[in-house]
Amino acid sequence: MSVKNKEYFGTGLSAEDIKEGKVLYSRWRPKAEYGWAAGVAVSRYLDELRKGRIVGRKCGKCRRVVVPPRMFCEWCFKPTDSWVNLEDTGTVNTFAISYIAADATRIKEPIIPAVIEIDGASKGMGILHLLGEVDPKSVKIGMRVKAVWKPPGDRIGAITDIKYFKPLP
Amino acid sequence: MEEVAIVGVGSTGLRSVTPDMSYKELMFEAATKAYEDAGTDPRRDVDSFVCVSEDFWEGTSIFDEYVPDQLGAVLKPVCTIAADGVYGLITAYMQILSGAVETAVVEAHSKASDMLTPTDIVALALDPVVNRPLGGNPYYIAGLEMNRYMYETKTTKEQCATVVVKNKREALSNPYAAYGAKITIDDVLNSEMMFYPLSRLDMSAPADGAIVMVLASEERARRLTDNPIWIRGVGWCSDTPRLETRDWANAAYAQSAADMAFKAANIANRRKEVDFSEVDDTFSFKELQHLEALGLCRRGEAGVLAEEGVTEKDGDMPVNPSGGSLGAGYTFEMTGLQRVLEVVLQLRGEAGKRQVPGAELGLAQCWRGVPTASGAVAILSAKREGA
Amino acid sequence: MHIKRRVAVVGAGMTKFVRRAKETGKELAFEATKMALDSTELTLKDIGCVTLGTAPDAFDGVHMKGEYLSDGAGGWRKPYMRCYVGGGTGVFAAINGWYHVASGLFDTCLVVCEEKMSSCQPHPQYAFQTIFDNITERPLGPNLVWIFALEMNRYMHAHNISKEEIALVSVKNKRNALDHPCAQLPQKITVEDVLNSEVLAWPVQRLDISPTSDGAAAIVLASEDVARKITDTPVWIDGVGWSLDTAYWTNRDLFYPKYVEYAARMAYEMAGINNPRKEIDVAEPYDPFDYKELHHMEGLLLCKKGEAPKLTKEGVTQRDGDLPICPSGGLLGVGNPIAAAGLMKVCEIFWQLRKEAGKRQVPGDPRTGLAQAWGDLMQVGTVVVMRAQ
Repeated sequence: MSVKNKEYFGTGLSAEDIKEGKVLYSRWRPKAEYGWAAGVAVSRYLDELRKGRIVGRKCGKCRRVVVPPRMFCEWCFKPTDSWVNLEDTGTVNTFAISYIAADATRIKEPIIPAVIEIDGASKGMGILHLLGEVDPKSVKIGMRVKAVWKPPGDRIGAITDIKYFKPLP
Repeated sequence: MEEVAIVGVGSTGLRSVTPDMSYKELMFEAATKAYEDAGTDPRRDVDSFVCVSEDFWEGTSIFDEYVPDQLGAVLKPVCTIAADGVYGLITAYMQILSGAVETAVVEAHSKASDMLTPTDIVALALDPVVNRPLGGNPYYIAGLEMNRYMYETKTTKEQCATVVVKNKREALSNPYAAYGAKITIDDVLNSEMMFYPLSRLDMSAPADGAIVMVLASEERARRLTDNPIWIRGVGWCSDTPRLETRDWANAAYAQSAADMAFKAANIANRRKEVDFSEVDDTFSFKELQHLEALGLCRRGEAGVLAEEGVTEKDGDMPVNPSGGSLGAGYTFEMTGLQRVLEVVLQLRGEAGKRQVPGAELGLAQCWRGVPTASGAVAILSAKREGA
Repeated sequence: MHIKRRVAVVGAGMTKFVRRAKETGKELAFEATKMALDSTELTLKDIGCVTLGTAPDAFDGVHMKGEYLSDGAGGWRKPYMRCYVGGGTGVFAAINGWYHVASGLFDTCLVVCEEKMSSCQPHPQYAFQTIFDNITERPLGPNLVWIFALEMNRYMHAHNISKEEIALVSVKNKRNALDHPCAQLPQKITVEDVLNSEVLAWPVQRLDISPTSDGAAAIVLASEDVARKITDTPVWIDGVGWSLDTAYWTNRDLFYPKYVEYAARMAYEMAGINNPRKEIDVAEPYDPFDYKELHHMEGLLLCKKGEAPKLTKEGVTQRDGDLPICPSGGLLGVGNPIAAAGLMKVCEIFWQLRKEAGKRQVPGDPRTGLAQAWGDLMQVGTVVVMRAQ
């Protein structure tokens, strides 16, 4: 703030002020629901996940194999050319050990999100997923992991058809 | 004064649903077409990308995260303007005029079919303390406005209905349009009453699609195309967001935006110089209200002109030869760019059966929809000023 | 590039940054705007256009938030638009305002940034889940802190940087904030305090993070002729740059913010800067987390890759150091009402270059300053280079 200003506007409230009714408030629960069209690329991706497989797309020009798959190559700005079956193993590019849930509340058993570079795709091509069946203290960047799939009957065509990735022995 | 031109356009066309394509794939299609039309490679030739979107239409926060790849904009200057496509066009225009960039792209799309609760989402735009708690479908606001507009200007429901009939009929000649139809005034008047005095057919129906346009500085435009469409003037304005203090009958935002644009374009006699216009017709009465606010006719005159056929494609003052939103489909933030697209095609002489003969200067106007009182205007011409 | 005309910042204002403000978003915007206008003795009548920056609508629970805030920001019956690039919005709003004036369309522009994150219940962080990919990421239940942790881990791994070295930034900025009258979390802490604080998502701990906040900031821009009539000490915006990387962030190596470099290069080219380390006198890079300050210093080419922790350890980035970084106290100390925080950095450089920053003033004669913001999925860099007369 410039030294010329003497008064600063803004009054802080505490969560208790609201809970105890010291200030008036109004509530609204938004009803914003969406049914997103997954489109050509992601529909196939999900369908293959249901079948227990990870797929990517290849660009014939830059020769990258990309995952998650897309119908356009963002580097060459041209359509990608073919589907590529990838492995369900990969390498941990980076990870975190989270003690908070999505709504910022504390959880006891940590969740381990990671970016996993998928074998068969170009170097550095990772997807976001979780690690499981692993002691958080032993997770390392560069660790080799393999997908643990839900049983075929439980798969619905979603990223969660893979429960998590666990360390390769 | 140097000018900026539109040198390429690409559109997917409008459809009521697009379950086969994601928004990314729609954008990629429109972008590919636009770059082909402009003869540019986005990775090499485009300096800036301006997208328009609102998070809640998309169902994703910070939606701008997801635009660069399918536009060829990775690791390039990209921004989002949370407003209608015409605002995006204006932003690209200002960026080029500033000298910071030479070629800029504007993108807009509608994935209306992905929204399962569209009216609840519109309700989320209402003031949370004084308006939202009243509940109900927020489009009642359009009904309030139509009622007051008709009261003050003596416009009738029949006159509003002629707009619907005209636009849906003209849309039949528009390969991009989703809702062309041959209907009568009685069809409109007899349609289900939605928000008195707004009947169902007075309201445009949502559609999906994407549009990308390439703009360039004068020097670059002349190298890229023999047919640049010059931006002669722009204007935009926001009236009060508060429903309580609003002028319900007059589209003050459109008036202000038009004054700004016409002044920049050095146009004194609007009716004479504007060969045709594409104005917002989200609701039938809006086309009339906007024509008056734009100064293309007198207050209260628009309904009469519509009745007399003056605003038909072959009339003296063609309005919405594309079919407008009523005929082509309502596309939320893409609506204004849909209007600009038609102006560009007409000025290039590429409007096929819809062609307005001798079109040299056109106007595109947008409104941001319920519950706003904001909008923008762009005046385009096949000729440079003074030419 | 040949810039049409020079634009200066001629006034600035901001509100306190607090965790939960009693005031509405409109009121916060109004007060910041009024303060900025009053500092120039201009009135709203003299203002040609208004541009607003504000980040996710999901926090306020108001769709088309820009329209809702327009009257509080002075946008009534004026050309008004809202720009939005996630966390980069605060500095991008200044860029957006810059080309409103540089284009020749207007002589003056009011740039306002506002954020009211506290409206989102039970916690604003929950709204962040919606920034992730709707189909391939959201079903995993992600938390915003995850991506920071993933990036921080990668950065630490790439250069073998310790948490102790990173914690020094939090210590510095929170202490700097003690001199900022609007600060939300000014405090004297030690590296120990940071390392002992609650682990949220390792390697991120509570004292590594800036708080969620409510607040607003505003600046007034003017073309060269008009600026000189308003003040004897306009601060010129001599360079602007912005860049957005691919949405496919899991395909990128997060150790280095390439997009910040691209944005910085664009701004440096425009400002005629060849050696940023030497030519920039004071910088306000975006610091929502302590490691981000280091990450961004490298992206801004203020030091070599991996070198930022060393500069911090050596005291180079202290207020009296050779390259003061975040003399304001940054987001870590002052608060993080996303868009307003970015514009706050522009305000800080403005006050620093006019020698009006009081106890926060960096000594000597700072003539060239830089403000940078960042956001999205580790994606966008927005930079402005400012110069004193």
